[in-house]
Amino acid sequence: MTGAATAGPVVIDVAGLDALIAALAAEGREVLGPVKRDGAILYEEIGTSADLPKGWVDEQAGGHYRLRDEGEAYFGATLGPSSWKRILHPPKQRLWRTEGSGDETKIVEEPRDTTRRAFIGARACDLAAIAAQDKVLLDGPFRDPHYAARRENLFIVAVNCTRAADTCFCVSMETGPKATAGYDIALTEFEAGRFLAEAASAAGATLLGALPSMPAKEAEEAQAEEAIGTARAQQRRIDTDGLPELLKARPDHPRWSEVAQRCLNCANCTMVCPTCFCTSVDEVTSLEGPETERVNRWASCFTVEFTHVHGGAVRPGAKSRYRQWMTHKLGTWVDQFGEMGCVGCGRCISWCPVGIDITDEAAALRREGG
Amino acid sequence: MVPVIARITRATRELSDTVTFEMEVDGWSGFAPGQFNMLSVFGVGEIPISISGPVSDSTKIIHTIRDVGPASHALASLRAGAVLGLRGPYGVPWPVEKARGRDVVVMAGGLGLAPVRPIIYELMENRDAYGRVSILYGARTPEEILFAQELGQWSARLDVSVEVTVDRASEHWHGHVGVVTALLRGIDFDPEKATAFVCGPEIMMRFGANGLTDLGMKPTDIYVSMERNMQCAIGLCGHCQLGPVFVCKDGAVFDWATIKPLMRVKEL
Amino acid sequence: MAIEGLERILAAHPLFKNMAPEFIDTLVGCAKNIRFAADTYLFHEGDDADYLYLIREGRVALEISAPGHGRMVFQSITTGGVLGLSWLVPPYRWRFDAHAKEDCRVIQFDANCLRTKCAADPALGYAVMMQVMPEVVERLHDTRVQMLDLYRART
Repeated sequence: MTGAATAGPVVIDVAGLDALIAALAAEGREVLGPVKRDGAILYEEIGTSADLPKGWVDEQAGGHYRLRDEGEAYFGATLGPSSWKRILHPPKQRLWRTEGSGDETKIVEEPRDTTRRAFIGARACDLAAIAAQDKVLLDGPFRDPHYAARRENLFIVAVNCTRAADTCFCVSMETGPKATAGYDIALTEFEAGRFLAEAASAAGATLLGALPSMPAKEAEEAQAEEAIGTARAQQRRIDTDGLPELLKARPDHPRWSEVAQRCLNCANCTMVCPTCFCTSVDEVTSLEGPETERVNRWASCFTVEFTHVHGGAVRPGAKSRYRQWMTHKLGTWVDQFGEMGCVGCGRCISWCPVGIDITDEAAALRREGG
Repeated sequence: MVPVIARITRATRELSDTVTFEMEVDGWSGFAPGQFNMLSVFGVGEIPISISGPVSDSTKIIHTIRDVGPASHALASLRAGAVLGLRGPYGVPWPVEKARGRDVVVMAGGLGLAPVRPIIYELMENRDAYGRVSILYGARTPEEILFAQELGQWSARLDVSVEVTVDRASEHWHGHVGVVTALLRGIDFDPEKATAFVCGPEIMMRFGANGLTDLGMKPTDIYVSMERNMQCAIGLCGHCQLGPVFVCKDGAVFDWATIKPLMRVKEL
Repeated sequence: MAIEGLERILAAHPLFKNMAPEFIDTLVGCAKNIRFAADTYLFHEGDDADYLYLIREGRVALEISAPGHGRMVFQSITTGGVLGLSWLVPPYRWRFDAHAKEDCRVIQFDANCLRTKCAADPALGYAVMMQVMPEVVERLHDTRVQMLDLYRART
């Protein structure tokens, strides 16, 4: 088990995984990965492989999420309510604050977050989501400097899914289950505790090269592909053919009224969605003095204040708000950013309290008359 | 994303609920007509306000503010000498250069006269560069006519047509009473070689733009200025989306051909 | 004044621009070219609606008065405009006051004459209705927009 210079894929075991985590920590990185907490999989700081949700798999459906004890895999559970968005585009971000008052008022910009981080266990759909948010927050005429800083100092270890939740549809959205871009090292757990590992960047190759590993055997590579194939087969589907134009052309389809009767406007979908990027700006004052802060926080197009203009909200209820969210995600996002905003992660289906399924809604909207 | 400190050098009351500020900002390098700044009252909030002064004078920044909510109320209550935060200028401007050599129609209603005032200043300052110029303005009552004195000055020019109407009046008003679109029938312009700039409440812009296309103008020669909930002003917070466009960075000025189909969908 | 001159004036007015010349011939007999001085009234609320006025030049304010409100103006008619719609339908009575705000030159049609000629010749009647209806419809549209009070402050 020597560290060979990696030209092709290698196989590492749990000791190798621990060595990987330790090496990243030794670089001064905050290492984040999936942990089981409060009955769900969340992305939090991990110290070793013992912190990972070994032996847990997820059971997901519309409005339903459970973890159950099954097998010995470290990465058997797919996605929880949290995505990497919570770290890269956090729920609260101070933009600036004032010092002094009156003529002496100064504006102090919030310094950039220079924390070095590593993500362990990023799924292909979530990598696609990060890439989507990059397009929104970095590639436009204005960029978000705080997001940019967090993206800079990041090392990503992707994990290729070997099983899918019932709510997954990454295959239809062409974002997974195999990661193809946006990571430094990819792991496929083809057997519990054994990982096919490939590097996709110079930094990844260097790190991988220093880990205890064995060159991958053909049979092991085949096993890994087969395992990914399992994830591919287990999914629900959405027909995206012509979908953007269809959604934009049917703002008065009766289905919007029908879904409005179910939608609670709770905004869960926008919070768990890894590509939703909307924020609101709050002015936060202190009781102690004249100082004030400007803070960005997550916002949702499902709230009544989201579209407030003089006189009232442009979108006064669930019908126009659900229509906005779905038409944006699968339609106008293409006009804005050249691709659909949905990555097929299925979180919105599981975490909707009433189980509204975006794939069902898309199918219904194709039908005339709902 | 971070404001600079601006200081109000002059505050002029225009109407009972509307005030105009002149401000100075270090390093201000000017703006284009139709652009807006995000103005912050520290501790209260930040709102978009169109710049309403002449483009040709970049030593001061002029804003006209109507008191309609907590942030605009706080803003409108400031006096000369007060400091505030300013970010900008933002937004796609009125394409006044497209009107060169053509007849120009400027149609505004209510507070909408403020975002088009920079166009009017440009037309007045470079009158020879344009064809026939018509300015049509509608206000609620004679007492609520914005920039009444300037309207009078522009009206006194022989090379510009200015018509003002109000929704209702007392017997002391001797001018037009009726909707601003009714003024269209009285102006002299070639719809096939004209550019129009329309600004005011959305219904007024719809009726105005349709009135102009009814007279033979092309929808691509008519420009409107849209308003939505704007917070970041730079296309990142998502609030101002109207279908595929972000009003803050793809607008607020749009041509009628782009906006008309979006306006047709209720609650878009 | 020569009838021919009045025909030409009628044909030039926006309300009759598209009307067949033989119809204008018939109608000219009901018409008179008259002036109203500034600050006089063309008609008052409650009077018999005996006339249709085409404004050639000037401005007329449509008003209604009430104690405590003074005279409220809700519409002005100016050059090229049509004043008076109540002559079209029974009980043929003016609902509002028409107040000349400046010296006005108008073509005044005797409404009885118009109504009689239209009744006698349905084709003429139809032509007159087709000229007047667009004015009525546009007036209604504009009035509805005015009712919305679009420029008031909404928080």
